[in-house]
Amino acid sequence: MLSLEIQFISLTTEIAEVLILNTTMEKPAADDKKLTPELKEFIRQWKPKPGNLIMVLHRVQEHFGYIPRNVAFEVADLLDVPLARVYGVVTFYHLFKLKKPGRFKIAVCMGTACYLKGGEDIIKELENILGVGLNAVTPDGEFSVEAVRCLGCCGLAPVLSVNGEVHGNVKKDQLAEIVAKYKGT
Amino acid sequence: MAFKNYILVCGGAGCEANRGVDLYKTLQKELQEQGVENEAQVVKTGCFGFCEKGPIVKMLPDETFYVSVKPEDAKEIVAEHVVKGRPVARLLYDKTQSRTNAKLEDIDFYQKQVRIVLRNCGVIDPDSIDEYIARDGYDALAKVLTEMTQDQVIEELKKSGLRGRGGAGFLTWKKWMFTKQVASNEKYVICNADEGDPGAYMDRSTIEGDPHSILEAMTIAGRTVGASQGVIYIRAEYPLAIIRLENAIKQAKDYGLLGENILGTGFNFNIEIRLGAGAFVCGEETALIASTEGRRGMPIPRPPFPAVRGLWQKPTVINNVETYANIPMIVLRGGDWFAKIGTETSKGTKVFALTGKINNSGLIEVPMGTTLREIIYDIGGGIRGGKAFKAVQTGGPSGGVITSEYLDTPIDYEHLQKLGSIMGSGGMIVMDEDDCMVDVARFYQEFCVDESCGKCAPCRIGTRTIYNLLTGICQGRGTMDDLQKINEIGRAMQKAALCGLGQTAPNPVLSTMKYYEKEYLAHIKEKKCPSGKCRDLVTYYILPNKCIGCTVCARRCPVGAITGERQKIHTINQETCIKCGECLKACKFSAVFRR
Repeated sequence: MLSLEIQFISLTTEIAEVLILNTTMEKPAADDKKLTPELKEFIRQWKPKPGNLIMVLHRVQEHFGYIPRNVAFEVADLLDVPLARVYGVVTFYHLFKLKKPGRFKIAVCMGTACYLKGGEDIIKELENILGVGLNAVTPDGEFSVEAVRCLGCCGLAPVLSVNGEVHGNVKKDQLAEIVAKYKGT
Repeated sequence: MAFKNYILVCGGAGCEANRGVDLYKTLQKELQEQGVENEAQVVKTGCFGFCEKGPIVKMLPDETFYVSVKPEDAKEIVAEHVVKGRPVARLLYDKTQSRTNAKLEDIDFYQKQVRIVLRNCGVIDPDSIDEYIARDGYDALAKVLTEMTQDQVIEELKKSGLRGRGGAGFLTWKKWMFTKQVASNEKYVICNADEGDPGAYMDRSTIEGDPHSILEAMTIAGRTVGASQGVIYIRAEYPLAIIRLENAIKQAKDYGLLGENILGTGFNFNIEIRLGAGAFVCGEETALIASTEGRRGMPIPRPPFPAVRGLWQKPTVINNVETYANIPMIVLRGGDWFAKIGTETSKGTKVFALTGKINNSGLIEVPMGTTLREIIYDIGGGIRGGKAFKAVQTGGPSGGVITSEYLDTPIDYEHLQKLGSIMGSGGMIVMDEDDCMVDVARFYQEFCVDESCGKCAPCRIGTRTIYNLLTGICQGRGTMDDLQKINEIGRAMQKAALCGLGQTAPNPVLSTMKYYEKEYLAHIKEKKCPSGKCRDLVTYYILPNKCIGCTVCARRCPVGAITGERQKIHTINQETCIKCGECLKACKFSAVFRR
């Protein structure tokens, strides 16, 4: 009896999570992404290894820049895990994104050393320059800004990275120049 | 082929980000262009630790040490040093000195350091297994496989007194013994490289500079506890470290030092890499195991400890990167040698990431028992910009602050704990008079709110409540009751939270409340922030008797809050002022004043 109840509870949470998934992930119309043959092959290789989900999601995100809704369905299907598991993992870890980021992802370090040396001011100034807040994409789809916890270059604080390229000892008045360097390239 | 000169270029992530990759390529190009490519070789090494002055270049065999080298300097280095054999004086650390002060060990930053963990960083090419082997690499593994029994390895570790470098300081030999004692057909060895502590990058640099030492130590652990599979759980945010590990694993396999039948002894051991995905809680061992299994990284209550039931429910040894990096040296030189370094309870060395308001930021390795004063003033070169020292924070979001009166405390696990902080993984952040302790506490609490996995109520609700109260205090809405509440909630979390994250989350707050009570009181009673960091609590004024009407502040003000005609006294409109402090910085006549 007890085990039945537990099953029921876990079933209802799964349904609930799938419902959430349907509403929070991007609408299918804007999202016709599909797994490429290479990605499918990658998943096929990882399938027999236990604990493969996070590694597969990393590979998927590396390709698309985020985890598109349709692809999440495909991954769940191919790995034979409930969609709720996929959604649970994607939402637990900061690195996985459900929304498409800007073409240039600006990550401003907010580790302790960078915070003390003015990381917060850097974020504010970037928001001013780009006209959008944290974790939003500029209307032209070029830039998005996120705050990250420690890029591990504390000697260069304050630090930001653009698509992985690190800029150290950043000053507020250099930001417009840094943004201009990437824009339209 | 042997070369006359070797040019070692730092390939740590910090220096690489600081145009180090360019520098490496330009040096190679210059060697060719000046026709001396057969006389010198450019080698990419691991982190030298002196990140403040990066990128670093070290010349061999004369050991000249160049700092802050730019790609534009490559031409001169090749023309002068390689071709003519004369050091480039302007790139030396101490430019006033002649050649005699050019070497690494002559620089104050290195003088009090003892390098065991970082023994190969900045010395070998991390992508070359041959260079690691040339520095006695894999000798320890050979010794363990051919000359030592499993118990002898544990005995050696016991003699060494090595304690876990990930934070809690549990004795490594005990962990290994417990795992060895459990009978099981399958066991695992895990390396915790999920270095999520903001302001700490020891593990990243160790892996980037000396990946084989980790592989060797894990294989030794596998042999000792009876495991055949190892897993390195590493942050996805460290791409360079991941590439170097992948390369090292491949090389070790090619050399028969990893995989099947290692060194012909019949012992099998494999290592695979698993990536984290940005969750601080995954540094906690049970959460790390959950994440390695591909699930949400939520901790579970212990016992059973991973030594009994860990990855895939099997006995598992989990150690941190730095702990592993010590092990080959302990095996080779003996536990007694290691135990001679350090203090009574804490043996060996500790690597710290020295950052914040300090002159020489960087990665340092010192014997346990070194005082904070030695680290901050002798190695770190004192506080940046001649400001006054205020506090040093150790242990990140799980640690606390140490004030100037305790600067002569020898650093080891026990002393730091007595002061209300912890050793932690090794972040050491120096703060000066401009840093507000209430704001720092709020910063760490915000981090814990973000990183709490939400499983247990004390952590999920406690961190959020304390954060809200602290934000209120920073904005001038705090009451004396709030302090009482923070104290009670904090104490409850320390006792009731499920894992280390929640239990230690109140530490930065309680520790700052203890040592900087006056600052909290100033925020609450006088609605003032003594260091001027909390913007809601400061006001900027222009002193009429000092203002000469030069208009500089008015032009600098980003919101146009300053008005006044040329050569007339200016005023700040408090309604529009956003308290950015630009006017204070801009005024050359000390006419702007903060209250």
